[in-house]
Amino acid sequence: MPTFVYMTRCDGCGHCVDICPSDIMHIDKTYRRAINIEPNMCWECYSCVKACPQNAIDARGYADFAPLGHSVRVLREPEKGTISWKVKFRNGHEKNFVSPIRTTDWGTIPSPAELPPPSEDDFKSQELAHEPDALNIKGGLPALTPDQLKKGVV
Amino acid sequence: MGLFSRTKTHFVDSDVLVIGGGMAGCGATYEARHWGRDLKIVCVEKANIERSGAVAQGLYAINCYMGMQWDENQPEDHVRYARNDLMGLVREDLGYDIARHVDSSVHKFEEWGLPMMRDPETGRYLREGKWQIMIHGESYKPIVAEAARKAATEVYNRIMVTHLLMDKTKENRVAGAVGFNVRTGDFYVFRAKAVIVAAGGASHIYKPRAVGEGMGRTWYAPWSSASAYALPIEVGAKMTQMENRIVLTRFKDGYGPVGAYFLHLKTYTENAYGEEYESTWYENTKALVGDYVDRHPVPTCLRNHAFLEEMKAGRGPIRMVTKEAFQDPHKETVGWENFLGMTIGQAVVWASQDIDPKHTNPELTTSEPYVMGSHATCSGAWASGPEDYAPDEYQWGYNRMMTVDGLFGAGDTIGGTAHKFSSGSYTEGRIAAKAAVNYIKDMGKDAPQVSEDDYQSLKKKVFKPLENYEIGRNEIVGGTVSPSYILPIQGLQRLEKIMDEYVGGIGSHYMTNEPLLTRGLELLGTLKEDLEHLGAEDLHQLQRAWELQHRLRASESVTHHTMFRKETRWPGYYYRGDHMKLDDNDWHCFTLSQYDKNTGEWELEKAPVYHIVD
Repeated sequence: MPTFVYMTRCDGCGHCVDICPSDIMHIDKTYRRAINIEPNMCWECYSCVKACPQNAIDARGYADFAPLGHSVRVLREPEKGTISWKVKFRNGHEKNFVSPIRTTDWGTIPSPAELPPPSEDDFKSQELAHEPDALNIKGGLPALTPDQLKKGVV
Repeated sequence: MGLFSRTKTHFVDSDVLVIGGGMAGCGATYEARHWGRDLKIVCVEKANIERSGAVAQGLYAINCYMGMQWDENQPEDHVRYARNDLMGLVREDLGYDIARHVDSSVHKFEEWGLPMMRDPETGRYLREGKWQIMIHGESYKPIVAEAARKAATEVYNRIMVTHLLMDKTKENRVAGAVGFNVRTGDFYVFRAKAVIVAAGGASHIYKPRAVGEGMGRTWYAPWSSASAYALPIEVGAKMTQMENRIVLTRFKDGYGPVGAYFLHLKTYTENAYGEEYESTWYENTKALVGDYVDRHPVPTCLRNHAFLEEMKAGRGPIRMVTKEAFQDPHKETVGWENFLGMTIGQAVVWASQDIDPKHTNPELTTSEPYVMGSHATCSGAWASGPEDYAPDEYQWGYNRMMTVDGLFGAGDTIGGTAHKFSSGSYTEGRIAAKAAVNYIKDMGKDAPQVSEDDYQSLKKKVFKPLENYEIGRNEIVGGTVSPSYILPIQGLQRLEKIMDEYVGGIGSHYMTNEPLLTRGLELLGTLKEDLEHLGAEDLHQLQRAWELQHRLRASESVTHHTMFRKETRWPGYYYRGDHMKLDDNDWHCFTLSQYDKNTGEWELEKAPVYHIVD
């Protein structure tokens, strides 16, 4: 499955170009549509497939080990907070799966700058942001003493 | 003056510069804002932080979570586990530090919207294994990236950082980094008071099993191009355990993960004749490593060893017995969603080959080796430990600072800290960022300065592959064969072949020895010379050119370290044919290396291992 792009569906919007972690989705200069320029550097991560507003991108199993006739299709719906998969085998069998992807609204994570600012003592302690509260334990951040580390014991 | 010397240069000044926006980089960016309210915090990433790094396609489990709130595990337990799995050699001070903080990171992920699975009876996070919890993590990376974007002053996507910059006023102090924009071709000079390297480990330094179109289906992401190592190595930072490459036992061809299958679904392996085989190799393994074979759980490398011996004995393929577990519809769903959530390629392989694990027990394989610092392996930079308890030999300044002043690291970059995975890498980024802010606070007005000569000469170097191509291309009618330049893919395949044949890749069943390593180093040396003649047709190829340079630098390091350690510490990861046994008398220690870019020489030394007494 390197990815490929259907000519009649792609409108050249470039979402896939923007998201591809491997920088292999580019806009073809002649057709002004997206193209996978380097299939052998595709991880099949589906980032471009999920990002395509036209559902124009699909994947076809790597030619060196995947026989034809299969498909793994995905529909990611961030507003609904779900992702849906349809796995189709070469022999025609199908399996469908739906999973949640997020439990909160997109864009709602606060910046750490909204927390109360740390005190001078906080800088000297070993605690990180949100600690010790976010550890959900009593007794504060666990610690060792230097004498607990002993050299060279096998 | 080169053809590209008129390329525009941008200057970006910051207090904290985070290189790489994966899990570790996002953790560092977030935490830097908490401690540095008025500081300028810049994150630079060669792709797009929304989907970058090893977690780009999602994860179905968080593999490092203590569960201290339910008294499931304590940090000491995780240290013992990682030490045991790495055959005795981990930086226990650093590992403990990650383990004591990691739960707070995971709790924030849940609060931010990451869907966690819960045990219906206890209400706790659903355990896959002792350390792993199960998540619906398709959007793990977008969620973490959202928090980082909120915290950063600026995020620069699509900039490939090629080199670090050193201070012109003080020896051995970092001052920033340079790189280029892979879309516009503009040159970037980042000047910073502290730099956190949070880049990726190394795929594609060894020849992969898949060929042709499938070569991108490596276990670790093809965009993990060893910048984690090349950037610090180049400026003389000491590295540790670079010989400790990892080999993964995974589902064949897709490298789909086996963790949930073993731990949660309770599937198991058997040879081609339906026989259990690990016990067959017990005495053989014991002869190599002694009592380490009796430890629980059995170290990952030793399980690989049994797998490899069974294959060599002609009783392959090894299969995962899934038919029993997959009769349970819930387990079947977990098995499939596990792949769809983090290794979609495995689902494609099974769909294409009509492998339904309910009816067929799928084949397993062992991967080509990878060099990274966050899974069951711990290559990376030698870093200063936590101030409150690290022994003197592990402490020379600020937590997670390398042996270069002001240069911090996290995730794949930092060595000695196996089993940190996504959550531990994120947490290590947080630890490094707090230390970096403290470093800046203590610095006062004595800020580092970059030298114009330095960045101008680097600029020329960075764009040289474009120039090589433009000039050389005129000599030939067309095609890929030039007497004057080599293309990045050609150089990459030569690198992979050298590492495979001389430094213990799949072609030799992970076997090497001193004569092979010596010859490997000679061939890496000529490849290094030839990479002066890399030809890049466009900016995309220029990115590939610099990824290759980074991979080569890491490969040299791996080869020197492998030569230095005269024992076979991790059979199943690699073998020294001339020193087949584990040797605790001479080698119960870390290996350290330092590269001198002026002479091109590598210096190797040993460093002591400290254990938590228990």
